[in-house]
This record gives sequence, structure tokens and C-alpha cells, in this order.
Amino acid sequence: MNVVPAGVTPTKAAIRREAEAPQSLVVSFGADQPLMMDAGVTLSPVTIAYQTYGTLNADKSNAILVCHALTGDQHVANPNPLTGKPGWWSTMVGAGKPVDTDRYFVIASNVIGGCMGTTGPASINPATGRAYALDLPVVTIRDMVRAQAMLVDYLGIDTLFCVAGGSMGGMQVLQWAATYPERVFSAMPIATAARHSSQNIAFHEVGRQAVMADPDWCGGRYLDEGKYPSKGLAVARMAAHITYLSDEALQRKFGRKLQSRSAPTFSFDADFQIENYLRYQGLSFVDRFDANSYLYVTRACDYFDLASDYGGSLAAAFKGSKTRFCVVSFSSDWLYPTSASRAIVHALNAGGASVSFVEIATDRGHDAFLLDDPEFSATARGFLDGAARARGLPPPPDQTHAAS
Amino acid sequence: MSGKPPVPEPKLRPDLYAVAMMLEPKSRVLDVGCGDGTLLRHLSERHGVDARGIELSQRGVNHCVAQGLSVIQGDADTDLADYPDDSFDFVILSQTLQATRRPRDVLDNMLRIGKHAIVSFPNFGHWRVRGQLLVKGRMPITDALSYAWYDTPNIHAFTIRDFVALVKMLHARIEEAKALDESGRPMLVNVPWGVWNLFGVQAVFKLTRES
Repeated sequence: MNVVPAGVTPTKAAIRREAEAPQSLVVSFGADQPLMMDAGVTLSPVTIAYQTYGTLNADKSNAILVCHALTGDQHVANPNPLTGKPGWWSTMVGAGKPVDTDRYFVIASNVIGGCMGTTGPASINPATGRAYALDLPVVTIRDMVRAQAMLVDYLGIDTLFCVAGGSMGGMQVLQWAATYPERVFSAMPIATAARHSSQNIAFHEVGRQAVMADPDWCGGRYLDEGKYPSKGLAVARMAAHITYLSDEALQRKFGRKLQSRSAPTFSFDADFQIENYLRYQGLSFVDRFDANSYLYVTRACDYFDLASDYGGSLAAAFKGSKTRFCVVSFSSDWLYPTSASRAIVHALNAGGASVSFVEIATDRGHDAFLLDDPEFSATARGFLDGAARARGLPPPPDQTHAAS
Repeated sequence: MSGKPPVPEPKLRPDLYAVAMMLEPKSRVLDVGCGDGTLLRHLSERHGVDARGIELSQRGVNHCVAQGLSVIQGDADTDLADYPDDSFDFVILSQTLQATRRPRDVLDNMLRIGKHAIVSFPNFGHWRVRGQLLVKGRMPITDALSYAWYDTPNIHAFTIRDFVALVKMLHARIEEAKALDESGRPMLVNVPWGVWNLFGVQAVFKLTRES
């Protein structure tokens, strides 16, 4: 059975287009501003594709940097140019939303190693005229954050009002707060961990092996060969997608229900609805994501262990931090469980930082941070409101009337 | 003077008011078991205090954070151990000590992480409580202690004198103490412990480590 047609389709051309000429704002840093990478090399030139929403105030004190997760991108609150679907955090970011674009200037950039316009393995290596593929140095969370700092500098912003993000985005938030404490007024790490666990690494390795086992991966040179490892990447996504949900939610949504049939077919077709659902998730993913990029971003998460940069003490990473933190976890998230968030909270307390911590009760698993949840929205809104008062930002328009 | 009308002082529960009066303005405060954040909000708005909270119930925590308060979800019995020594000027525990699993450890931790500890609690030595047990031979149910024995969260019942004895055992010093009568008014100060213990419905103590 052929799950995914092999070879380059028009959609793959769209992926290349977004990698090379994204429908996004773009800034390029030349040889005079190379990116220092943890791998011990410099990368140049570096292109960063980004989106902004709302207006930067005169003091430049209302900027919120939103960091995206593993397969997210800079299209936080506008329709995605590849899928046409609403931006991945359009529940949270927009006019009147918790991250209110009427009040805040929101910045979101595609990470280094990504595939939506920022320099990544699908970008052209100027030294060879071909795509970097695996010639791109391995990227870390700190590299991503350094690149974001270059963008924030370029935008003329000294201190970010808030850095927010979930999952891999949450790791960037923690890295920001540790590396540039004086540049982060408040931070919202969501559904994340201060280090990748053995189980986290294990799942990522399964995904990478699935990609690399596809003959069309061509040792990473599939773009040169006019091929695409769709099957491998789809399997990687199917496995990963299970980790984003919960047993309870799968049972509630699919149970053992059969797909458009009344009895099992005694074959290996997608008899069960869950099988059909996962195949769909795999198929739609390969239409929007570069396979090598998947290797790079998963690797970046695996290498993340914030405490290791501070003598093994996570508290030392946040010692004396003036940043206001709001840590959020979701009760049914077993990928980055509440215990991982508690470890962050303990370290922040031990470091003397100001921290709020909320566990949202939900059965929707890790992906809950992407979904509309009233408790989560109220938490984010309340935290940002409190931080805005402390930052001296004007209240939202409706509260202005109430106070006068 | 500004033209704005004065904002009326919000009505605080008498024990919370007594707690608030024991604090110094502009200090760093941790409220353990902060509930819906009433005291935290009062302290940060009225006393200019850097107020943080710990609360067990998710509902309470979410309510606090949604109002912009710094509150973490946690348990007095387990999570105080994670705070470093002297991280706060005041650590407050209101009406909760009798509901903890290890009151002695909780109080010990409070004295460790705060320069001062402020504890308010219902007094099981009050004459109504004693009277019910003596006359009816049943576990007492009063306004301050309103649960039946089988569903009460108050698993460690104690009196004002019990508390004073524990403070002594922990080598702590009583800096200030108040007993509140049935209408929530502070009782006379210069009376023996036994009088407070009989007529005080609840008590508020400010403690510090013996240097």
C-alpha cells in the first residue's frame, strides 16, 4: 500500500519556495554579523524570516517575542502561506486576545534550522550553490535564541516586555531568560522542560531514523536528487503526533471505532479511525515541512539541558533574575509533564525569581497549549496584565474608561 | 490632593487584617495557602508589599494568576522545603496549620525561609469547643470549626497553649501575639495565656528564630 506518493510534487516546490523566498518579512545578516553557534563555528550569511503584529510604542517597551515549537513557524496569527490554515497561535494572539495586538507589538521569527525562510538545511549554501542539507552545523536552542537576539537588535528593541512560547518555544523562553536576563521583563514558558529527558530523546530518535531509513532521503541530498523522503517523514510525524495527545483524549475521540466500515477487513488497511487519523497527520505534514529541518530541530531539543551550562544547577541559571515568570503546564501532557514544569518553578524559587505556576486541567495532552482553553487564556491574560502594570504600560482601552 | 474621591478600604476578614497589621510595608512576603488571593491583593495594593503566594487548589491558583498575582500551585507540606533560607521577610500561614500533615515541619520551614513567620489559627481551646466535648461527649462543631469529625480538613487540632509550647520547642521567639474574640475583635493583651486559650476563637502570632 502506498501511503505517500514518492518524488517531488508541486507541494514540495511550495516548501522550497517558502524556504528560499518566504511570504514573510526577512532580514539578512552579512559576513560582518555572523551567527556564533554552539557547534563552535560561525554561520554567515544568516537570513531570518519573521512576522510582526501590532505597533511598537515610542518607548519600545511593549514588544512580545513569541517562540514557536518544533514544527511551528513565524506565522503565529496570520493564515499560513503553505496550508492556508489560521496561524498556529491565533487563539492566543490577536486584537483583544490574551496576547493583545492592540496593546503589544508581537514578533515571531522562524528558528535557525527551520524551513520557512530562516537559514536552515533547505537554504542555499553560498559556498556550493546547493542546499546546505547536512552541511549546516547542528543547531541548538541557544543558537536559535542568539539569532532571535540579532533580530530584536535589528528592530531596535532593548528589553522585551515578554518572551512566550510552548514546547520547544518554551525552551527558547527559558534560554532567553537565562542568557539575557536584563532583556526579558517577563517570561511565559509553557508546556516545556529545562532539559530533554531520555524518553524525549528516544522519541525524537525514532523520528529521525524513520526519515533517514527512507531511500528517498538520499543521505540528506534529496533536494539535489529531485526526490523527497515523504514516507519516512510521515512515519516520524505519526509517531510524534501520538506523543502530543493523551490516552484519554484518543479514547474519547476515536476509541476503537472503525473507519467507514462495519467490521474489520482482516487486512492491514486503516480499519481503525485512529489509523486513518494518524495517516492523515503524516501526509499533511510532509506537504509543509522539510525533512532535514525535522532532523535539525529535533536535535536542538535533544541537546537542550539548561542546567548543564550552569554547573548542573538550574537555580544558578536564574539566580538574581528580575524577570517575572509564569510557568504553565497541562495535566495530561506526558511529553513535557507537570513535574518538568515544577522543576523549573523550584529552580526559579531557589534563584529568588518572581514566579507564578499554573497547571491547567485538561485531557488534551501536550497539544493543549495550541488549543483554545478558557483557563489557559485567563492565566495568560492575567499574567500579562499584571506585568504590563508593573512595566507602566497603559491599561487596555475598556479599563481606561473604567478608571477615569 | 487629587480630585478623585478616596477609595474605601476593602473589608478584610478580621484575622487577615490582624496579619496585615503585623507586616512592614515594602517587604517581601510569601502567603502560604493564599486561597483566592484576597490578602495578597490587599498587601500589594495597600502596603506596597512584594507579595507571592502558594496555593493548593488549581481553582485558587488560576484565579490569582488571572488577576496578575504571583502564585504557584503547591503544598505547604512538601513545597516549602524548596525555598532557600531567608528568601522572604515574612512568611504567612492563615488558618491552615491545623490542616497540614506535619505542622511542626511546616512551621520550621516558615521560620527558615522567612525572617518572620506569621501564623493565624482557630483555637481548639475555646470554651465552646471544650463545652461541647464535656457536655455532649461529641466532637465539637462551632462557627470557627464547622466540620464533622469524619470530613474535617483540620487533622491536627491544637490550642493556643499547644502552639506556644511548639514555638518554644522550635526555639523560636514570639514577637507579637493577638487573640480574637467571637466578634473578631482583638482581646486584651496583658492577660495570662489561659484567658486567651479559653476565650480566644482564633489567634495570630508573629514569630522569629531565636538568634
